[in-house]
Amino acid sequence: MDIENVLRRGIDAVSAAEDLRGLDEVRINYLGKKGGLTELLKGLGKLEPQERPKAGAKINEAKTALQDKITERRVALEAAAMQASLDADRVDVTLPGRRGRSGGLHPVTQAMYRIESIFTGAAYEVVSGPEIENDYYNFEALNIPAHHPARAMHDTFYFGDGTLLRTHTSPSQVRTMERQEPPIRVICPGRVYRRDSDLTHSPMFHQVEGLVVDQGISFANLKGTVIDFLQRFFEKELQVRFRPSYFPFTEPSAEVDVQCVHCDGEGCRVCSHTGWLEVMGCGMVHPNVLHMSNIDTELYSAFAFGFGVDRLAMLLYEVDDLRLFFENDLRFLRQFN
Amino acid sequence: MKFSEAWLRQWVNPSLTSEELLFQLTMAGLEVDSTEPAAQSFLGVVVGEILSVQQHTDADKLRVCEVSDGDERFQVVCGAPNVRSGLKTAFAKVGAVLPGNLKIKKAKLRGVESFGMLCSAQELGMGDEADGIMELQHPVGADLAEIVNADLPLDDITVDLDLTPNRGDCLSIKGLAREVGVLNNLEVAYPVIAPVLAQSDRSFPVTLDAKAQCPRYLGRVIEGVDLSRKSPDWLTQRLRRCGLRTIDPVVDVTNYVLIELGQPMHAFDLDRLDTQITVRMAQPNDTLVLLDGQEVKLDADTLVIADASGPVAIAGVMGGKTSGVQIGSRNIFLECAYFSPIAISGTARRYGLHTDASHRYERGVDYELPFEAIERATDILLSIVGGTAGPVIESLDAASMPKQPKVKLREHKLNEMLGIEVDVAQVDEALQRLDFAVAERKQSSAGVQWEITAPSHRFDIAIEADLIEEVCRIYGYNNIPFRQPNVQLPLAAVSLQQHSERQLRQRLTHLGFQEVITYSFVDPAIESVLSRSNGLIAKALTNPMSSEQSVMRTSLLPGLIDAYKKNTARQQDAGRLFEAGLVFKPVAGLEQDLAVGGILWGRRDLEAWHSDNAVVDFFDAKGAVEELGQWAGLDLRFQPLQDSILHPGQSAGIFLGEELIGRVGSLHPAVARQLDIDSVFIFEIDGDAILRRPRRRHGVVSRYPSVRRDIAVVVQQYISAQAILDVLAEGMDSICTNITLFDVYHGEGLDSKEKSLAIGLTLQSQETTLGDEEINASAQAALALLEQNFGARLR
Repeated sequence: MDIENVLRRGIDAVSAAEDLRGLDEVRINYLGKKGGLTELLKGLGKLEPQERPKAGAKINEAKTALQDKITERRVALEAAAMQASLDADRVDVTLPGRRGRSGGLHPVTQAMYRIESIFTGAAYEVVSGPEIENDYYNFEALNIPAHHPARAMHDTFYFGDGTLLRTHTSPSQVRTMERQEPPIRVICPGRVYRRDSDLTHSPMFHQVEGLVVDQGISFANLKGTVIDFLQRFFEKELQVRFRPSYFPFTEPSAEVDVQCVHCDGEGCRVCSHTGWLEVMGCGMVHPNVLHMSNIDTELYSAFAFGFGVDRLAMLLYEVDDLRLFFENDLRFLRQFN
Repeated sequence: MKFSEAWLRQWVNPSLTSEELLFQLTMAGLEVDSTEPAAQSFLGVVVGEILSVQQHTDADKLRVCEVSDGDERFQVVCGAPNVRSGLKTAFAKVGAVLPGNLKIKKAKLRGVESFGMLCSAQELGMGDEADGIMELQHPVGADLAEIVNADLPLDDITVDLDLTPNRGDCLSIKGLAREVGVLNNLEVAYPVIAPVLAQSDRSFPVTLDAKAQCPRYLGRVIEGVDLSRKSPDWLTQRLRRCGLRTIDPVVDVTNYVLIELGQPMHAFDLDRLDTQITVRMAQPNDTLVLLDGQEVKLDADTLVIADASGPVAIAGVMGGKTSGVQIGSRNIFLECAYFSPIAISGTARRYGLHTDASHRYERGVDYELPFEAIERATDILLSIVGGTAGPVIESLDAASMPKQPKVKLREHKLNEMLGIEVDVAQVDEALQRLDFAVAERKQSSAGVQWEITAPSHRFDIAIEADLIEEVCRIYGYNNIPFRQPNVQLPLAAVSLQQHSERQLRQRLTHLGFQEVITYSFVDPAIESVLSRSNGLIAKALTNPMSSEQSVMRTSLLPGLIDAYKKNTARQQDAGRLFEAGLVFKPVAGLEQDLAVGGILWGRRDLEAWHSDNAVVDFFDAKGAVEELGQWAGLDLRFQPLQDSILHPGQSAGIFLGEELIGRVGSLHPAVARQLDIDSVFIFEIDGDAILRRPRRRHGVVSRYPSVRRDIAVVVQQYISAQAILDVLAEGMDSICTNITLFDVYHGEGLDSKEKSLAIGLTLQSQETTLGDEEINASAQAALALLEQNFGARLR
């Protein structure tokens, strides 16, 4: 029998097999129950007994050799198949991914939440209140009686029935003092309204006012709190200065200037070349205001501060026209997402 | 208030540069708003005399003049209407330099040579008059720059101060000088104002009727004045440098005293006053024609100066026209009074008349000032217009005069309020510099206690805090240290039952919505269209900025729709916006509640290679609301809603139990047309309702496998999906843990009134692995329920 011949043909067939199925056919044809090499084994019986072991060994050798070839070929074919599959599944990874629409918070809201977080971190409570207020909470309880010249400082929107649009969030402070015993530590964020409209004024804007009532609260504490806040809000060690001013509900009262956040005090367009930006008003709460809320001024003292969130947001985000905040142009808003 | 720095420095002159002085004022609470040069420099301008005037042959409006500078004669072409022979005027010769570095050269005007230029006050930066050349009385040939410079220097600046309402005492050169003196610890060189002795005994009777409002009224008659005379340069220049124009000598002098001393005054034409002056409250039917020509009806809260025929002035605000001084007036009556701030406050605002006088009176004018002021005014006035002054007659109600209260200042309170250990010697000095009279100074173990009274020009010193503020101001705000308060540190309350508004907004951004902030006041035309379905009449402002912002929104829709319109106008053809804010509903008084609303338009997905072009529909809007419901842990339900602004077939009420908490849907096409927009999808929910958050509790998660059985049933079209899901939820055994409606079909193979619903049942037991028997029984049970309730058949 020509074992070599069969083996050679088998090896050729293995090499010729182009895929796993073809290879399997080769295996069956040569190594299967009726395969070529198996048939040769069956033919051993026709040989002389002394020749049988030798021939058998040769056939087994051939079987092993072919099996090795098949295995080798299988590995190669499998690798090729995997490669083909990978090639077929290839995508252009530079194509854009599948995304949902993304939304975002208004920049004023973001600034507001930033402010809230700074204060709530120091255990201030956040208090809100109505926007349509009555004269008492917006003015009277804040030591601004009917004919006070300071009323001209607040260009107020009226409804003609004794109610008005709050000109500041101070009414929320008054309501807090009426409701709660000291110690009090609150901030009052929200919309406020004044009749004014230009590059830096909008008839509706946002304020945060803060109030701390406790024993031993001093002007030095007010300064510490205000400076700390401004430096944290802008994340800069900015200079802060306090100028005497006047608000009917605080005394002493101060306007607060912060070193210009754009030019670090060098002088630029944003600060009108003064190096300073006026950012808030503050002071020690006027005894009349505390008395009206039944707080004992011999026992307690208080400070309050207030500022425009929109103004701080303008500085933080380098927005040069306040009115952009209320145009609600998606192209403007998405810049802050 | 505007003032001239040079004028101030004539009273008090600290060794500070202009910049340092202005900084000092700002840091003392007298905020410098702006500055401008008070005068402009020019060279080579002399007083020239026009010798002759001839018409230009080639130009109607031009005249050819012969002008003398005292030595030579020049031909000058001039177009001013007041050019005339004999007039002395400002003559800029060839080579002169006018403000703005304008060099005067020889020129030819329509063929006629001109050697120089005749100037108006405005051209020399000396005033506002631009419609004629200056009319001067100075010697011919005099250098005009020297004349102007003689009183105040040309490099002076006009400073605009933004004074707070409590510092009415600084509304004058005198008051500012006093303040600068305090700040620099300098004596102020107050001018000596000598009384003008009466040259006649002529007076005019005055009765104080409203004594509380006017406890002091000084009057003086001046006879035989000539009001055709002009105010002198020094006076008009000083007024101009403080922002006031020259009018006539009487007004100029009263304005001068107003600026210099801070005392408002008024002058009447004596011959037009009837019988006597009465200071009283207005009576019914009192009217007055004001100086500016408008006639006003006077209300009972108005303090008036009246004569026997009726009101002649609104006290402290504005005089009347008929009794006012005119060029032909021969005899005048000067008024110099103290009106209480309470009496004047609000009057000016009520009549829409804000005057320099009312501005000062409502803040408080020194009640001891009138004597000095009336003498000052008389003195200057006589020097200009001549005449004979009568005596100063004071009408006084001493009992109604203001009394400065005694105010205590305690050292320990001062230290506590400021957070410092102040040196008492510094306090003593500050009180003294401020001219506060110390009535008593006690020393005890608790520290020093002062008792002081404030001078008559201070109307803002009534309580201890007022004194603490003054000491703090003199001490310097920026010399106070800064430190954090020492406080108790309670931990924050974090509600399990309530989401915050912040979380809600963040949730909406995760759903693809962009937050907007729209005005709370809206256009009534749009508001009324959109509130048609709730029948609310929006609350209206009495003084809106504009009619488009004149009523308070009753829903968020006007603002959202406006934002949508603006964005589509800017080619934003897809978007999702939301707003969270108060809406104002005038129901049973007024409800101001948080609402959250959204608007959706355009394609559903971002334009991309993998997305289709489908546009948003009802289910995108509803899906957003469902997401919020799931986030809140609330079982929101949707039912068709009759809402006339929404599409009747594509709108739903949002219910929490029985409570209607919102709406979602497409804007009604008719409403959209009315608002001139394409139809959009909106939702709006009561904010407080969606922020409720039932407390979560763990149930049991089964350890056994779940199986899914899908059934497809055919039902009548009108049967709502919700009804079917409700019946299954109600009727199925507890092993049915989830029911999903995953397909809706109508069309071929079904009757036109039918639809097919594919429903997936998830079955799972807490106790065992389910067998085929139980699974099939469940599917059968579902079919049976649908058959019984809706006549459903298996498809």
